[in-house]
Amino acid sequence: MIKHLKILEFALSSLWRRKFKNLGLIVVFSLIIFTLSSIVFLTYSFKREAVAVLKDAPELIVQRLSAGRHEMMPVEYMKKIKDIPGVGKIVPRLWGYYYDISTGGNYTVMALREGLQDKISLMEGSFVVGSGSCVVGRGVADARFLDIGSIMPLIGADGKVRRFRVAGIFTDESNLLTNDLVIIGEKDFREVFRIPQSIATDIVVQIYNPTEVDNIARKIKEALPDTRPITRREILRTYDTLFDWRSGMVLTMFLGAILAFVILAWDKATGLSAEERHEIAILKAIGWETSDVMELKFWEGFIISSLSFLTGLIGGYLHIYFFGASIFSPALKGWSVIFPEFRLVPYINIYQIAVLLFFTVIPYMAATIVPSWKAAITDPDVVMRG
Amino acid sequence: MKYRLFISIIMVEIVILAILFIRGAGLAGKYQKDIEARRMLVSTLMLTDLSIWTEARYTRHPSQTDIFSPFQDYPSSIEHFPAGSILSPEGVYLQRGGKK
Repeated sequence: MIKHLKILEFALSSLWRRKFKNLGLIVVFSLIIFTLSSIVFLTYSFKREAVAVLKDAPELIVQRLSAGRHEMMPVEYMKKIKDIPGVGKIVPRLWGYYYDISTGGNYTVMALREGLQDKISLMEGSFVVGSGSCVVGRGVADARFLDIGSIMPLIGADGKVRRFRVAGIFTDESNLLTNDLVIIGEKDFREVFRIPQSIATDIVVQIYNPTEVDNIARKIKEALPDTRPITRREILRTYDTLFDWRSGMVLTMFLGAILAFVILAWDKATGLSAEERHEIAILKAIGWETSDVMELKFWEGFIISSLSFLTGLIGGYLHIYFFGASIFSPALKGWSVIFPEFRLVPYINIYQIAVLLFFTVIPYMAATIVPSWKAAITDPDVVMRG
Repeated sequence: MKYRLFISIIMVEIVILAILFIRGAGLAGKYQKDIEARRMLVSTLMLTDLSIWTEARYTRHPSQTDIFSPFQDYPSSIEHFPAGSILSPEGVYLQRGGKK
């Protein structure tokens, strides 16, 4: 044990002799781990959040497609769907997008059905959406400096400005779902967008037996060939794979960090500096065994990689869960004017951290040990003479 | 003795990490109530997507989008919206019967 501690002490002294180079290495290595762990934490939390909350998304949504695009749906389609055995309640949804000239933001405007007032929490003010009033998400309220009782104007399809009094604002806790929402009454919605009573945006279908969802979706497609049924399972699968490691978001950032790490490890693996080779030769000449030299190099690799890994991991955690992924935000935001502040639940996947450890610390240590082993088995005299 | 300093630093970092992870696990339980409220919101308002990227239809509602949306305007057009390049076009993949 004493011998191992002495070699560790020697390794630390050896690293300290080249302190600027090694501290630089620890900083770069930590930054790479920081980036990788931030991505892992962010995407996993997004995924868990999406799957947790969208479990209660509509069982089946039926859209109408026309010339390959989503089209408004005639309400009469509901009759044909109602005739399919196993179909329960059918509810038409009215929603759309609104581009706000004054802020440059896109809002999602939804029409509210009656009788939902008591079920909504996570909001300030009230959820009473009568004629001429609205409920908005936190992002919309911030972009337009709205408060309870403020006026929210919407320019209708006929060019007329309609004024809505803000009855309620969704709280920060629901930002990931409601940030860009503007909810108005059905009558107001139809007036603003000039949508006749005979059509809806899409239709939500309740199905009595959950195992029959795919079957009923197929029957709807057969009865109404210009429709596209979207099941809850598909919605969940979309989010499951959206934040998967193969998704663009992860790959874009992940690949950059991985490449930086590969360059770092490659630089180590392709050979030792003349000074390091000299040092190994002297140690061998004064009686160190090859195994001792290997242990020395193992400790050197371990010191740098363990310090970097732990520092980077702590930094990644703080970045995502304490500072709301603030460094990634400009890249994630894109052109979105309304963009939520993340208050993510810190879900940790130990398996992903183990994978991160395996793909960074282990290769780095291998890259440190292998060239040293090559130098250690060479005759010290040959090495010292160069 | 440098090794004592090194071991101390490593131990401190491990303890910090353990505290953060334990705190995280505790918070995940505490946030369960918020998640229930959000699920109620999804169910009541019949929501289908997270409100993250609001720049285009297919980034605001990835689960509802037409499967042709990215690159749809003309051949060889580049991506219009930055978020489009970091979202995967999952709909197309699943429609073709792809497996995860």
